[in-house]
Amino acid sequence: MAAINLRKMAKKQSGTIISVKVGGELGRRIREMGLVPGTEITIQGRAPLNDPVALRVLGGTLTLRNNEADYITVEVDDH
Amino acid sequence: MQLKMALAGNPNAGKTTLFNRLTGARQHVGNYPGITVDHKEGCLIHENYKITITDLPGTYSMTAYSAEELVARDHLVNERPDVVINIVDASNIERNLYLTCQLLELGVPVLIALNMMDVAKARGMEVKAKLLEELLMVPVVPIVARSGSGMEELLKGCIRVATTDARWEPRIISYGDDLDNAISSLVAIIEDNDFLSDIYPSRYTAIKYLENDDQLLAKGQTENKEIGSRLENFVTEVADHSKRTLDVYPEAIIADHRYGFIKSILRQGVVTHKFDTERLYTSDRIDKVLTNRLIGPVIMLAVLFSLYQFTFSWSEFPVALLESFFSWLGGVVDSLLPDGMMKSMLISGMIDGVGGVLGFVPLIMFMFFGIAILEDSGYLARVAYMMDRIFRIFGLHGSSVMPFIVSGGIAGGCAVPGIMATRTLRSPKERMATLLTVPFMNCGAKIPVLALLIGAFFNEHKAQYMFLFTLLAWVVALFAAKIFRSTVLKGDPTPFVMELPPYRFPTLRGLFIHTWERTYQYIKKAGTVILGISILLWALMTFPSLPMEKQQQFTKEKEAILASTTQQVRNEINAGQRDLSADAQSVHNQLALIDNHQTQANLRYSIAGRVGTAFESFTQLAGFDWRTNIALIGGFAAKEVIVSTLGTAYSMGEVDADESGSLGARLRNDDNWNRVVAISALIFIMFYAPCFVTIVCIAKESSWKWAFFSLTFNTIFAFVMATAVFQVGTFLNLG
Repeated sequence: MAAINLRKMAKKQSGTIISVKVGGELGRRIREMGLVPGTEITIQGRAPLNDPVALRVLGGTLTLRNNEADYITVEVDDH
Repeated sequence: MQLKMALAGNPNAGKTTLFNRLTGARQHVGNYPGITVDHKEGCLIHENYKITITDLPGTYSMTAYSAEELVARDHLVNERPDVVINIVDASNIERNLYLTCQLLELGVPVLIALNMMDVAKARGMEVKAKLLEELLMVPVVPIVARSGSGMEELLKGCIRVATTDARWEPRIISYGDDLDNAISSLVAIIEDNDFLSDIYPSRYTAIKYLENDDQLLAKGQTENKEIGSRLENFVTEVADHSKRTLDVYPEAIIADHRYGFIKSILRQGVVTHKFDTERLYTSDRIDKVLTNRLIGPVIMLAVLFSLYQFTFSWSEFPVALLESFFSWLGGVVDSLLPDGMMKSMLISGMIDGVGGVLGFVPLIMFMFFGIAILEDSGYLARVAYMMDRIFRIFGLHGSSVMPFIVSGGIAGGCAVPGIMATRTLRSPKERMATLLTVPFMNCGAKIPVLALLIGAFFNEHKAQYMFLFTLLAWVVALFAAKIFRSTVLKGDPTPFVMELPPYRFPTLRGLFIHTWERTYQYIKKAGTVILGISILLWALMTFPSLPMEKQQQFTKEKEAILASTTQQVRNEINAGQRDLSADAQSVHNQLALIDNHQTQANLRYSIAGRVGTAFESFTQLAGFDWRTNIALIGGFAAKEVIVSTLGTAYSMGEVDADESGSLGARLRNDDNWNRVVAISALIFIMFYAPCFVTIVCIAKESSWKWAFFSLTFNTIFAFVMATAVFQVGTFLNLG
């Protein structure tokens, strides 16, 4: 197990969110979509220019810009 | 008996579908004053109950960050509906229940409409409505809004809640020992002082203070400054403590516990998965192609181009139909009324004005129909996803691409539907920046002007110049957006935390309601203002009329010419024959020339003419003489009017915007015109004040303040650019 930044995750990689370190509007928007510690996510893909990133969360698909994903730390399996 | 209901839920949960299903065409759409959030209300009659349903804007939460959320919350606390139907997407139940938690905490009488049971089932999920009802202690009705199944039970349930159990009862959700203690202390202060208790339950107020809810904090300050500050200070202490000991904000703890609460309920067997959840859904398969790194953008360009084609080509026929109807009407009035002011006002002011308003209707209808398909199917979110990286550079949003294209990103669009298309943007600052810059694009009305000037001065490189100016429009619009976003619209980018909803087939009913709503709003809101300004512009270019002696002078000249010819020629001309003899034709031409001189004198004598003449010494900086000035004033009515007004100002009589070759030749041979002037004029025309229909739309979509800003900023900006081009060009002797 290793904790990495969401931005560093590869396509199709899954993991569990450990922390979301941002407040204010961005923090709230991230949390209300279900991106809270304990939630499992899978990277579904990236936009043609590599940013934003699309995630599968709680049975839905969300998009985040890379600089927004930076605040999220995810625990992933070692390969 | 009357009942008030409100419909709340996440975006994409099927809220609008349910609303349309329940109310059908019996709905009324308006705007909340000052913001562009739609206020939708509909009514229905069920079992002798007259039910009014308000469709609240779709939100994921009830904080006070966006206009949508404020509207939703204010409606609930101010209107106090008898029951709130909380629509929950069963296939995405965990996230949807987050809003439910907040509704429960607020204490409104809630009924959950568990929607998309069919989708959930197709995904191998079994959602036990009865169990959820028991665990949440809230009535739950499974429905499929798209097919209409479960509507009867839903209405029955609503009536039962509204008539028997419509009490406000705030639910208590635990936020862990630390925060629960803090909440208790806050509640004690709130209850001792009866603070905001007429609006919110005390525990709710306490939680919102911990969440730093701007609107509630401000309300608290006005209600009781001392208590408000006391609560705020207390919250700061709690926040500092939790930041120090746990390294989290209280609002994060609150969100975590809400999701914890939801998980604890769902885990008790409410949701069971029959097969592997990691299985690819159909939607994901489609996305593999549509958002593919290589094929995705190509398909997107094709889709946007088709939308453009659909809007502008398919609407050609109804637009032409409307145009010919109004010119027929003008002709009827022309033949019925005697010449004079009344007739001129009716034709040039009223009929052209109404025609102008309605002429845009097919465009707007077609565009919104096209956009509704993209929006309802879920593709629009993908467009935003793919384009965001580029548009973000300029402080815009991925969704900005649509308004730009419609406004003339592909030359020949129209800024009016373009501005209305900005409604799909939910980030306020990005939306304003888009709204203010789309008029820079080369709309269909600028094309004839571009064609005239390019045709006259750069005939050998027509295509290249056209392309160059389309490119220039994009560059200027995007950089202007960047400038706006770093000055008047400064601010952090709105988070791009956005849902990519599963692809769905749009329902025809939804598409039609969508399209009609927006078209009707345009007619109702913009129509009257546009008509008024149209009459005003007509008056500006007509009054004051030439003094009697001047008019008589022209009449005398004409009489003199007629007097010098033979009786036979006079007869021919008076009879208004088509095929004139050579002599008569020559006389006829002389007379027409005098008429043209008279209309030119008339125009110059009018207010617009005087303004144009008065500014000549100033506009000479950019190379414009008084004739061009008047034409530019006329261009405020509609850009293609520039061509016809130029024609009048050069005594050419009526010039058709599409057949302006002779005017082009005239300009080429005029001392006041050369290549540098042409470029300067082209740049000014592309970027100066949008036509007034656009201005009215900007005002209606934002405020008159921004509309006025657009008017003045664009004109000054365009003039500075034109002057620079003219001065440099003249200095280098490029003319």
